Amino acid sequence: MGGRWPYGLTSVSLTRRQALQLAAGAAALGLTGCAPSAREATEEQSEGSLVLISTQFQPVQEAEKMRSAVLAEFGRKVEFLGEEQGPFEDRIRAEAQAGKGSVAVIGGQHGDLVGLAADGLLTDLSDLTQELSGRGFNPDYLELAKVGGDAPVYIPWAQASYLMVARKEAVGLLPQGADVDSLTYDQLAAWGQRIQQEQGSRRLGFPAGEMGLLHRFFQGHSYPSFTGALNTQFASAGAERMWQWMRDAWALANPQSTGYAFMQEPLQAGEVWVAWDHQARLIEALRASADDFVAFPSPTGPEGLGFMPVLTGLAIPKTAPDPDGAKDLIRYLTDPKQTATVARELGFFPPTATQQLPEDLDAGIRAEADAIAAQSTSQDAVASLLPVGLRDQSNPYNDVFRTTFDGIVLKDGDIGPVLAAKAKELQSVLDAVKAPCWQPDPESSGTCKVG
Amino acid sequence: MASAPAVAAKGDTRRRLGWAPYALLAPSLVYLAVFFALPMVNAFGLAFQSEAGGYSLEPVRRMLGDGRFGDALRTTLLLVVIIVPIQFAVAMSMALVVNARLRGTDLWLYIFALPLGISELAAGIVWFSIFTEQGWLNSFLTQLGVLDRPFIFLNYQRPVLLILTIVVAEAWRATSIIMVILVAGLQGIPRDYLEAADVFGATPWQRVRHVILPLLRPSIRVALILRTILAFQVFATVIALAGSATNVLAGEAYRWYQNLRDARVAAAYATLILILSVASTVLFLLLLPTEEDRSA
Repeated sequence: MGGRWPYGLTSVSLTRRQALQLAAGAAALGLTGCAPSAREATEEQSEGSLVLISTQFQPVQEAEKMRSAVLAEFGRKVEFLGEEQGPFEDRIRAEAQAGKGSVAVIGGQHGDLVGLAADGLLTDLSDLTQELSGRGFNPDYLELAKVGGDAPVYIPWAQASYLMVARKEAVGLLPQGADVDSLTYDQLAAWGQRIQQEQGSRRLGFPAGEMGLLHRFFQGHSYPSFTGALNTQFASAGAERMWQWMRDAWALANPQSTGYAFMQEPLQAGEVWVAWDHQARLIEALRASADDFVAFPSPTGPEGLGFMPVLTGLAIPKTAPDPDGAKDLIRYLTDPKQTATVARELGFFPPTATQQLPEDLDAGIRAEADAIAAQSTSQDAVASLLPVGLRDQSNPYNDVFRTTFDGIVLKDGDIGPVLAAKAKELQSVLDAVKAPCWQPDPESSGTCKVG
Repeated sequence: MASAPAVAAKGDTRRRLGWAPYALLAPSLVYLAVFFALPMVNAFGLAFQSEAGGYSLEPVRRMLGDGRFGDALRTTLLLVVIIVPIQFAVAMSMALVVNARLRGTDLWLYIFALPLGISELAAGIVWFSIFTEQGWLNSFLTQLGVLDRPFIFLNYQRPVLLILTIVVAEAWRATSIIMVILVAGLQGIPRDYLEAADVFGATPWQRVRHVILPLLRPSIRVALILRTILAFQVFATVIALAGSATNVLAGEAYRWYQNLRDARVAAAYATLILILSVASTVLFLLLLPTEEDRSA
């Protein structure tokens, strides 16, 4: 009888109990067989409402603030949907293929929009850029918005960066001669060591959880600081020194770091005293008690202070159902009043050349803004772009850095061989999309060559 | 073998009911076909597809060659082997408590069934807040004086402990589904049998061993199959408690689909989970035949 089980679907002489087993089994099997792609937004395109999908402000609280604080005063109803980069691109591509779209405006990091722009799926926004020229956008950002072409395809929306935050009690334990505002990587490790000696606990912290942004630490901060570059120096001697540093620092980091996604939580709980993360993932700690924490720039390495500014922009897909309405929405969202609300509520700053922050800014956000300003204006700053032009390979690209970390730090593999193997993986990721090098790597004529 | 008159009677019933039973079954069959069978077949196809769309073992090869495959398979099997027996024993005790019709039985049932209403991820987060360094458990133990400083349970360097925390969280979260099935089964056991056992002087353990367990076998089978299949799919609890420190098959399927953007290797993982689920189902069907099966 047991052998008949797989044929149950075609058999009509089922007992009730068999049917129950079958249903339970099929339901559970179906779950495993179902690819997790069914997260389609199904809301009807009602008259007067616009759909805005964004790779930014995805977490529930952030999305809620977008809806309740930022979009509330726009005259029309806006459906705000946070979406991962992959499905985000898939959706716009699918709408382009169908020749009919429901999405009016898309918001994403520079890197999220590059692939869509390269395939000509975004509307030319020259006129809107011209019209909004009085908003004081950073000219570098306006250049970036052209994505290598002649015409801008997105309007700068907000900027952010990564920085460090420490609990006040840790500051007293800084190693001799170290200044929190100009730390070196070695001093950071020595700091962690001293805290461990005095406190008996590992109190550095990294966002190494599944949803954490540790890969950005390597890409935008530690690699440029130790090598002055990224892909072109991936397995270089400088890179080996960097990974050795990471291994040493990790030994001083809270072992729960493999579970951390947003460092603000372990900082507030006191599990971590010194942490690196994205400003939006640290802000709650500073906001809750700005007096208990200090925000400061990322450390400096042998090649300078590597840091990664994040530019997000707003674009209009060519298939947008109501292009004029979409432009209205962009005008509204890039208005100083709304960018100030974004700064206040979500901790992303206006993408302007000069720091234009609202007067009534929370002390915590102000502290972050100052640290980031110090970071980007530092004499030996090495600015990195978020990965550019990786299209559907951006997650595989990040995964190479994460698995390199697994191999060297978590599994204690030999640095040289792990880097050599991972360099090959990295090259095949870049080859798959023929991505040229981006800052801080020197310009390349063809596909970026991993070094 | 059924006797001839019985077959004739069955035929009569069929004629009398006409197409009605099929019409009643149709909606759920269509639902299962469209939302479960079809994606399942598609996923199966994807797992054996080359990039160009032809037949290929490449996705399977990439899955087997992935550095995290071994860990994921080992952890998943380990979790299944530990979780299912523990849950079964606990659920059985809970079901007997509920079925003993003590005072406040309903209250027990509600308390026991509470975790059923909580999603896997939410349960994972709840248990994270218990096990984390500054969490409830450490606060409790330090206040009692058992520990003088918080102990780190969720430490990637202590994989056994990490797995135990997942086991505890999973046991709390999903034991009640087994209990509900067992309670339903227990309530279907006629009291005459138990009274007869009492008359012959059976001890409580003898009643469980020789009356309740055999009669409960069909429910036990369903409960074990269901729970084992779900254990192969464990995902969110692991993410919440262990993050990147450990990996399971369902997590790898997610990683390949979401992070590595390769639906084919993700489908290969899903297919592996499917095969393991079917194998365990067949195993339970063979190991726990019902009276009906034996007579057939």
